[in-house]
Amino acid sequence: MRFLFKTDYEDDIRLFPHSGYVVSYGILLAFLAIAPFVLSSYLVSQLVFVCIYATVGVGLMILTGFTGQASLGHAAFLAIGAYTAAYLQQYNVPFPVYFLAGGLLTGVVGALVGFPALRLTGIYLVIATISFAFIVEEVLARWESVTHGNEGMRVKTLSLFGQAVPQNGPAFYFLCLGVLILTIIGTLNLLRSPTGRAFVAIRDSETAARSMGVNVSLYKVKSFAISAAITGLAGVLFAHKLSFISPEMFTLQLSIEFIIVILIGGTFSLHGAVLGAIFLVMIDPFLTYLKDDLPGIISGIFATFGADSVTASKIHSNVAAIASANGLKGAIYGVIIVLFVLFEPLGLYGRWLKIKLFFQLFPLYKRATFKRQKIYVKSERNR
Amino acid sequence: MSYFRAENLSLHFGGLKAVDSVSFAVEKGEILSIIGPNGAGKSSIFNLISRIYPPTSGRIFFEDQDITEQPAYDIAGLGIARTFQNIELFENATMLSNLLVGRHRHSATQLWQELLFLPSVRAGEKVHRRRVEQVIEFLDLEAYRDKLISGLPYGVRKVIELARALCSEPKLILLDEPSSGLNVEETDDMSFWIRDMKTELGITVLMVEHDMTLVNRVSDRVIALNYGRVLAMGSPSEVQRHPDVVAAYLGA
Repeated sequence: MRFLFKTDYEDDIRLFPHSGYVVSYGILLAFLAIAPFVLSSYLVSQLVFVCIYATVGVGLMILTGFTGQASLGHAAFLAIGAYTAAYLQQYNVPFPVYFLAGGLLTGVVGALVGFPALRLTGIYLVIATISFAFIVEEVLARWESVTHGNEGMRVKTLSLFGQAVPQNGPAFYFLCLGVLILTIIGTLNLLRSPTGRAFVAIRDSETAARSMGVNVSLYKVKSFAISAAITGLAGVLFAHKLSFISPEMFTLQLSIEFIIVILIGGTFSLHGAVLGAIFLVMIDPFLTYLKDDLPGIISGIFATFGADSVTASKIHSNVAAIASANGLKGAIYGVIIVLFVLFEPLGLYGRWLKIKLFFQLFPLYKRATFKRQKIYVKSERNR
Repeated sequence: MSYFRAENLSLHFGGLKAVDSVSFAVEKGEILSIIGPNGAGKSSIFNLISRIYPPTSGRIFFEDQDITEQPAYDIAGLGIARTFQNIELFENATMLSNLLVGRHRHSATQLWQELLFLPSVRAGEKVHRRRVEQVIEFLDLEAYRDKLISGLPYGVRKVIELARALCSEPKLILLDEPSSGLNVEETDDMSFWIRDMKTELGITVLMVEHDMTLVNRVSDRVIALNYGRVLAMGSPSEVQRHPDVVAAYLGA
């Protein structure tokens, strides 16, 4: 077990508390650096989605995890970023400019959403952000002169400093990874400064935050703006990755996926956003695999245990019908959320911390260590 | 002119007069206690001063400035800090970050500087931390720096709330029942700290308290309230002997 002896205030400020962190993150970075050259192109493509979803997750984490303001409208912020990119690209605006413009515009929209949200809390805020997302979806479908309506928009291959960066190549992967890493570092910087602490203060007690001199309204708007801006940046990358965007890609289901990212990852740490993104992106091929192979596997099992061929084929077609039913994905997501909220409210990262502690304290770990620890739930006391 | 002054302060909830034209003044460097039976309007006065409620009528002055219309978050900036009767700490944060929020009114960095964590932010953080450490030493909280509030006992939380208020380097501190829920020893410690705050840190203290031992030990003056009105004002012993105060507590 490692004991940290702190001798300087710097010890509590630096991002890596001790050399072990540098080593493990170094190994991770080295793996990520060689990934596009050793993994199959399909997996690299999934990794790009992990990066994009994790970036959105970090943005949503600032708002929901650290400021305590729920949002089911982040698909709309992603859409605004994506459409800004597609629109500006038509006029040959270079990538760095429309990338930043996408983030900036989304940030401004986020701040505007933040203002009405000042008076709403909890479930009402969720409803307000859902309505915002519906409005944006509708605007994208109707404002045909800019968005081409339901026809959607084609996004040309990204070109950076005269170089083409195809969305399936390693260069695009490194771009997305770089954006994710910079976002995480920026967010960590924010969280160790007065603004980040003000966010956490608002989450835990608005009354106390106010009496300590935190301008609660201003910081809520700031949180909305930062969260939206990060999501907008991810939106630009999202547009390039898909190379075609249309309004029906930015629906409520996508917003729910973002909520899943942070809920399953763990809403108290940025690690959660990344772990949640990995989980969400990697569950998709798993579900496709189940859909294709599950009927065969189950009917095979029945056949082995003596079912005749007619019964086996009947079972096969029944299972196949269930597996390809509409909305099954949404239902599975719902079940996953419920199970996590009930049995592991700290998410994957919380589970990882428990596993780590088990080995650190071995053989003295007690199951009850985390029993009494309360998880963040916004109480309805005075605000 | 007095240091802090409330003039004809009233707070009505419909027909209920929680605070009914209360006037009092606090002199610089004194410890003034407000006592009274439950529901007398003591905490409501605090909530009026820290602008959680807007007063129905009346004015509040601090250092000759009218602060009745100031937004709630400005009150801390003026140098008035407070604690709460039912502890309002940031539960899912460590004690250190709770205390650092107390330094909020002294932070001067911009958002973009913080995103890049420029040297100015880093230097600011160290200044904040040094101040926080002074408060930690003053209140003997060294053992809890990295502990989450949600895992700490009530008595400790009470002290941490006081520490958070002190971290903002206030000129006037409002203590809402500092000894409620504390045992005899902890109450003793609290009374020493309150006196030290006055003598060593030069902070003016306005305090709501039920424990008369603590009130007698630390207060320079006492105000007794009942049904939102001032019954008596004066030295602790004067107020306790006042016939109206005796009647309010024991019945006529």
